[in-house]
Amino acid sequence: MNVLHHLDDATILRYASGDLDEAFAVVVASHLAMCPACRRAVRLAEELGGSLLEDTEETALAPRALEQVLARLDTPAPAPRLAEAEPGDVPQPLRRYIGPRLDDVPWKTVAPGIRRHRIRTGSASPLYMLHIGPGKAVPEHGHGGAEMTLILSGAYSDALGRFGPGDIADLDEHVEHQPRVEPGAPCICLVATERPTRFKGLVSRLLQPLVGI
Amino acid sequence: MQSARLIEQPPGYAVSDLRSEQEQARALREAEAARLRAEHRALVARIAGARDRAAFAALFAHFGPRIKALMIRAGADHAQADDLAQDVMLTVWRKIDLYHPARGSVQGWIFTIARNARIDRLRRGSARPYEDVEALELASDTPDGEEGVLSSEICEHVGAAIATLPDDQRTIIEYAYAHDLSQTQIARRLELPLGTVKSRMRLAYGRLKDRLEELR
Repeated sequence: MNVLHHLDDATILRYASGDLDEAFAVVVASHLAMCPACRRAVRLAEELGGSLLEDTEETALAPRALEQVLARLDTPAPAPRLAEAEPGDVPQPLRRYIGPRLDDVPWKTVAPGIRRHRIRTGSASPLYMLHIGPGKAVPEHGHGGAEMTLILSGAYSDALGRFGPGDIADLDEHVEHQPRVEPGAPCICLVATERPTRFKGLVSRLLQPLVGI
Repeated sequence: MQSARLIEQPPGYAVSDLRSEQEQARALREAEAARLRAEHRALVARIAGARDRAAFAALFAHFGPRIKALMIRAGADHAQADDLAQDVMLTVWRKIDLYHPARGSVQGWIFTIARNARIDRLRRGSARPYEDVEALELASDTPDGEEGVLSSEICEHVGAAIATLPDDQRTIIEYAYAHDLSQTQIARRLELPLGTVKSRMRLAYGRLKDRLEELR
């Protein structure tokens, strides 16, 4: 996989410091599963946290803290998560939400050529997957807030370039774009948005409640 | 942290070259920090190799009070912060085999465990997607190899590199990591537009990355 579009530096810092909500963290973690360069960047950003932890002033622990924690060392650890080693094309961090195979996603058609699957998370930001038919364009839209799109399969192009598997469009609210899927294969992507995206134009506005993006 | 702010560039010259007491103090601090990092790696190796409780107790004595301070700044009361410090160190004990010295420092690893505990318990959010980068790499079909290596050289200069940031950028980094403030909270506290906070984050991280990657 040759990833061309990476995470914004501010996003790397927010992930490393724990500032992203669940929806955005899933998208970032899924990109990390596909992108060695961003893994390295996150490791470096986590070192900043380590350094600040090291330099922090200390707060004395409760008197019997050591005794208590030593007593807990032999208590059995909670059962580890099920091994998620099944073969599949879904990145690891997304598997606990949709399983290991993209073919098994329960899509719902929301507009001609556009299918969607909403993913339930504990965060307010919507997280969903889109399945957009070959050659289809998503109506031009700006963003009420940040939007992050990770390509899992297929490819689309917009003013920012070509986005293929592993690429992430990490956009703030000022960007407007109109992605068009390449002919030949559908494009499957994972999207987190800060707030419902607003569409330009009357037809697009009518589409919005259908697409929900 | 206060004295670290005096640091202007990473050390790399002999003690005899030092021009001022300030620089000498900095070199001593750096040497002490390097010694501590090596000691932590050795303690982790003893825990991983022999489930050595004395080594764990030493690691707990060092990191426990720091994790507690972090949790209190993130909004925990003393009892809760004590619990969290214990939980984090218990996770260290249980997951010790996941620590990989070539992928970063012990302090960086413990920071990520503390970060996840803080999201789970204090923010009532889910830290589940905050995967261990190590685990993501293992599951990926593109292993990092050399690219994933964070040399001890790099890890050792992180503190000095943070200290060289301009005040306005360093403050944002400290708020984000050490005070557990969100981007929006930082903007409110500093009375800055959100976009300015984001661009300072970008500048700060870009600068640190450039500085540290030179050591690669």
